[in-house]
Amino acid sequence: MELVCPAGTPAALRTAVDAGADTVYCGFRNETNARNFPGLNFSTKELHQGIDYAAARGSKVLVAVNTFAQAGKTDLWREAIDEVAASNAHAIILADLGMLDYAATKHPDLRAHLSVQAAAANADMINYYADEFNVKRVVLPRVLTVQEIAAINAEITCETEVFIFGGLCVMAEGRCSLSSYCTGKSPNINGVCSPPGSVKYEDRGSHLESTLEGITINQYPKGEAAAYPTLCKGRFESDGEVGYVFEDPVSLNAAHLLPQLQQAGVTALKIEGRQRGKAYMAQVVKSFRTAVDAVATGRSVDLDAILAPLTEGQKTTKGSYQKTWR
Amino acid sequence: MKHTELTLGPCLFNWSESDWRDFYFKVADEGDFDLVYIGEPVCSKRLPFRNKVLPDILERMESAGKKVIISTLALVTTKAERKNLQEQCEQDMWMVEANDLTALAFLKGRDYVVGPYINIYNEATIRSLASRGAVRFVLPAEVPAETTAQLIKAAPEPAYELQVFGRLPLALSARCYHARLHHLSKDSCRFVCEVDPDGRDVKSLTGQDFLAVNGIQTMSHGSQLLLDELPALAEAGVNAFRLSPHTGDMLAVGETFRAFTQGNIDASEARAKITELMPNHDFVNGFIHGQPGMQQVEQALDLGTDTPH
Repeated sequence: MELVCPAGTPAALRTAVDAGADTVYCGFRNETNARNFPGLNFSTKELHQGIDYAAARGSKVLVAVNTFAQAGKTDLWREAIDEVAASNAHAIILADLGMLDYAATKHPDLRAHLSVQAAAANADMINYYADEFNVKRVVLPRVLTVQEIAAINAEITCETEVFIFGGLCVMAEGRCSLSSYCTGKSPNINGVCSPPGSVKYEDRGSHLESTLEGITINQYPKGEAAAYPTLCKGRFESDGEVGYVFEDPVSLNAAHLLPQLQQAGVTALKIEGRQRGKAYMAQVVKSFRTAVDAVATGRSVDLDAILAPLTEGQKTTKGSYQKTWR
Repeated sequence: MKHTELTLGPCLFNWSESDWRDFYFKVADEGDFDLVYIGEPVCSKRLPFRNKVLPDILERMESAGKKVIISTLALVTTKAERKNLQEQCEQDMWMVEANDLTALAFLKGRDYVVGPYINIYNEATIRSLASRGAVRFVLPAEVPAETTAQLIKAAPEPAYELQVFGRLPLALSARCYHARLHHLSKDSCRFVCEVDPDGRDVKSLTGQDFLAVNGIQTMSHGSQLLLDELPALAEAGVNAFRLSPHTGDMLAVGETFRAFTQGNIDASEARAKITELMPNHDFVNGFIHGQPGMQQVEQALDLGTDTPH
């Protein structure tokens, strides 16, 4: 299985490649990619340099142009696609149907991967994308069990890629407007979720309170570690019940499932976290390099001890891969 | 106001079989809507109940001369869901509202409506889908009026519909939040969502009304109410305004919108009437103004298309 690692910056790309990534994914420094945070991402020149660096060490680069193009501004997305086509990137990651159509028509030789933002969660839809837009690989949304993934792979001709580590989207990706409802900024339109500019932490004496655009997302008693106030991982109240209505502040860790995912016919394993620092990246990529190599030779490696300090709230979940999560 | 259709969106909540049937019988007999969407977009576990009474409803609608569109599931994963969707798409009687692109695999060569759960943000996607049979687009909740106007300008051929009343669909998940709140799993949910026929409120820890859960769906706490915005939207070329069903007198809400769009009452009269009919709703309109959806924006909607009528 191919190990696909995030690169928010040129330095992170080099770190990931050096740590053993088969493939690195990155995006341009604008609204065309779903991690449009200040200080992140690549210029065209940096992308070319990154691709050269990776190629010299036997690694591939994927470029995410995976937000939904904005009305009247689609040229920005088309130009991004043209730039990827003109580079030596291995493939482009797309979500918007209009842009998939453009890429398939204008650049038929450009290898296209379907972004998780397109939320293709069954074989009929994946085959439709493969037939209509020549999609070669689909990044599966985090709504499926391992058994469901195996069933999908049995029915499709293109490759699948799944998330194995990092932040956990609780909602079907690319189909969530929670951030937009609260902050006016959305993953689909702006490439951001629960944006930092809307976040406030306030000391209320007995507890620390995190808010997003004035909405209380969590309260932490003194001594409890505060998580970033991502909307779907907030603590809320419903009919007297107080708790994490949608999901606890946990990270996804499917390290234990690598053999099952291999058996399910998964081609590529994706690590989330383009906003992460180099030290984190190096450790996570190295750990999973060891684990993936072990699985390939039928051995197993316990990553728990290595990965524990790197996960949110030091807690992890196998998410939707396990049926009980539902 | 420029002529626009008034439509009734699909019921998003787990109403009992009899409540669901009675509601649509009443709509068939007395409802003043140009188009009625019927189906189960949210949870496939509710599908057997819907499918059981749907033939009776469709027959009643047909004899009442009502135009009906079958609204399909918004998150399709299982074999049973795919099979049901395929059957819905391949029948010959009714047009379909596709709420997941999976439907497109089964709609080749047919006309269909693109529902609000499909990501429509630009004219390239509109054109691509229109060339593949889409004749009407119900735009996603978060799309602002300015974008809507741009889409219509760039691709005026298909029809455009917007939700103007009711809680807004915000997200879908593999996990059932209703079941989770009752400490149950999705597989053994006991259909607990039926106790909340308008969704279950989710407040912040400081008591702010914020969201609502409806099975695997997360919705806005606030209920969209667009009135002052409608003339500008109609002028920009929006063809239809959608009301999303809630408990209470939806037919009267429909009549109020009709009276308003026909110029028989003004926006403040319409708002007062709807507030009286739906006393439990807090109204919001932020999305259409390009603001956070939870906001209530008082300023006028200026799309540069207003002409005196």
